[in-house]
Amino acid sequence: MVEEGPVSLSEAPTRRLGMIEAINEALDIMLERDPNVVIFGEDVGYFGGVFRATAGLQQKYGKNRVFDTPINECGIIGVAVGMGAYGLRPVPEIQFADYIYPGLDQLISEAARLRYRSAGEFTAPMTVRAPFGGGIFGGQTHSQSPEALFTHVAGLKTVIPSTPHDAKGLLIAAIEDNDPVIFFEPKRIYNGPFDGYYERPATPWARHPGSEVPEGYYSIPLGKARIVREGAALTVLAYGTMIHVAEAVLADKGVDAEIIDLRTLVPLDIAAVEKSVQKTGKCLVIHEATRTSGFGAELAALVQERCFYHLEAPIERVTGFDTPYPHSLEWAYFPGPIRIGEAVDRLLAAG
Amino acid sequence: MAGGRGKSGNKRGNLPPLELHVPEPKYRPGDTVDYSDLAIPPAGAQPRPDETCAPAETHPLCLDLIRVLDDDHRAVGPWDPRLDPETLRRMLRVMALTRAFDERMFRMQRQGKTSFYMKCTGEEATSVAAAFALADDDMVFPSYRQQGILIARGYPLVEMANQIYSNRADRLKGRQMPVMYSSRDFACFTISGNLATQYPQAVGWAMASAIRGDSRIAAGWIGEGSSAEGDFHAAMTFAAVFNAPVVLNVINNQWAISSFSGFAGSERTTFAARAIGYGVAGLRVDGNDALAVYAAVQWAADRARANAGPTLIEHFTYRAEAHSTSDDPSAYRSAQEREEWPLGDPVTRLGRHLIGLGEWSLEQQETMDREVAEEVRAATRQAEKNGILGQGLHHPFHTMFEDVYEELPWHLEEQAEQAIRERRLKWPGWEE
Repeated sequence: MVEEGPVSLSEAPTRRLGMIEAINEALDIMLERDPNVVIFGEDVGYFGGVFRATAGLQQKYGKNRVFDTPINECGIIGVAVGMGAYGLRPVPEIQFADYIYPGLDQLISEAARLRYRSAGEFTAPMTVRAPFGGGIFGGQTHSQSPEALFTHVAGLKTVIPSTPHDAKGLLIAAIEDNDPVIFFEPKRIYNGPFDGYYERPATPWARHPGSEVPEGYYSIPLGKARIVREGAALTVLAYGTMIHVAEAVLADKGVDAEIIDLRTLVPLDIAAVEKSVQKTGKCLVIHEATRTSGFGAELAALVQERCFYHLEAPIERVTGFDTPYPHSLEWAYFPGPIRIGEAVDRLLAAG
Repeated sequence: MAGGRGKSGNKRGNLPPLELHVPEPKYRPGDTVDYSDLAIPPAGAQPRPDETCAPAETHPLCLDLIRVLDDDHRAVGPWDPRLDPETLRRMLRVMALTRAFDERMFRMQRQGKTSFYMKCTGEEATSVAAAFALADDDMVFPSYRQQGILIARGYPLVEMANQIYSNRADRLKGRQMPVMYSSRDFACFTISGNLATQYPQAVGWAMASAIRGDSRIAAGWIGEGSSAEGDFHAAMTFAAVFNAPVVLNVINNQWAISSFSGFAGSERTTFAARAIGYGVAGLRVDGNDALAVYAAVQWAADRARANAGPTLIEHFTYRAEAHSTSDDPSAYRSAQEREEWPLGDPVTRLGRHLIGLGEWSLEQQETMDREVAEEVRAATRQAEKNGILGQGLHHPFHTMFEDVYEELPWHLEEQAEQAIRERRLKWPGWEE
């Protein structure tokens, strides 16, 4: 399972890619491999997307496969449901996760329920891509992390990559999946593995091992976590940007932590979580999203239910605050090194 | 505060205080109904533009009412689809069968055999005649009141009854409320209880068909009440922008549960007139005139198939009965509305048209009514052998957890074990 490094690949030669390039490559490969794949969304066509994730794809595959849409998320998801019923495999982009709410009824009541309510006659094999998360001075409408909303919906899968390598393999797996997948891309790490020390110079992907991306097709199975770093002192459960922040903070503190990148929130790799927490006896959950009813609450409950007698300290949750994402005080909101460091200290002091 | 001052300090003159307009229907329970002010143009008087005309050419029709059957039940004017008598008789029979099915299933609900039912009485033409005008493999995205489409396409009544009873033979495994049918084989999308969601989906299906260079088109149905949903705007915008090969029907049956059409905007303009703002073709049709419905949908389907774009069709009709078995219209509208409805009954009108042609008789009508009632009775009895709601003959227990995802994830497998353990504790001898 997890310890195999659940990566299908790949004898293929690798190159250093950023996350946007890796996503673009995954889309390119799937457009090439599967004539049913269509990509659409606001500004994704001729222009190639505000983050450039679809750059060059319309030119390569034509307007029937890659096109712009009206600014109407209800319509974007709604037509994707209809296209899926026809037999296409739509990959709509929502320009920012913050904009996805007008499409929620189509996602929650429709896409997520088609297979169930039609007893398998109709499915919604769509992958909804959306950049999410803060740290880019996006204020409250370009910074949110709404993943917990989607994990609460029976029938949806929620996937969040943390490296270019994973972004490509997970996106290909998501597109091939016959269930609707919400694919949240941590936009703070589009261009480099942000470590949470915002005052330090940014580092590019090229220096990170996760930027080694094999050429060609490969997929990373959904529902499989990745052990970022093995360790004995405590278990960190995180995903997306917070993987890199956790890595940096724990390295700075010299803590021998085991860091697990969940990669898929639903279905969750519960075996990887259990195995690690049972080994370390301590668990730190980190996410950037607001705290109350965040996915960290679900993780804490699962760990408590399944690993209680292995726990040597209360489970710690480090999260964003229960406020809208502020513009000027962005770094006060962000669960950065200090907040994580305090939680680590409490865990290490306990037991 | 009335008569206040603006920021400049200037008084706003003698303007009256602002007033909120909350629409009110003309008639409430006990009121005498008078429809004489309802604009009903003569049959046959409406021009029929070419199917590939510019959208604007149809826009006068959005404020008109396309009618074919005149007061003497003759088919007149350019919209007469000139159907042969055999087709007319088949259409009449399907409408009668739909009505008989509704009456039977309504009674079965009252007898406690299922939880819920919805009739389409008085609106049969808007689904049956529309289905006749479409090809059988055109994809339909109905609301919950278009059972006539499935019946017109020959979907087995026993399958419909199985679904309504949520029994062991229900192809939807007892997961959906009654009447939320689904049939891929009959090109009928799974019906949703969330209103108007099917509208952008129909447009998406039509876009997919166009992407693929297919020849099939899509058609969607919503009520006038749910045309107020954002999904309507999403669908119209996408349909217009992408020139989608889709027919978008609004069934204006005057009532959305207890809210009259004024709460969806009918005091201001017609529902068909919304096409004007989007720049797509629009038609407004007498929904109780099966020939007019057929002609309008056929026109729109031909237009879509010719890459000439989408059409919005308002079917002007009347919901003759309650919203559903859970509703009591006597609490909010006048019973006289149905009796006085000036556009009559679609089944009666089509029957009289055929009689006028010398192709039908009252005796044939009586025979047909007996036959369709017997057909429905036989189908529902057969379905009841597979069980009725709440009597244990449902689908195997584990199916509750299946089809949430293509594969059963660990958390659902654990929850299924819990459910089955509860079952065994409650009924120790239970076996699937």
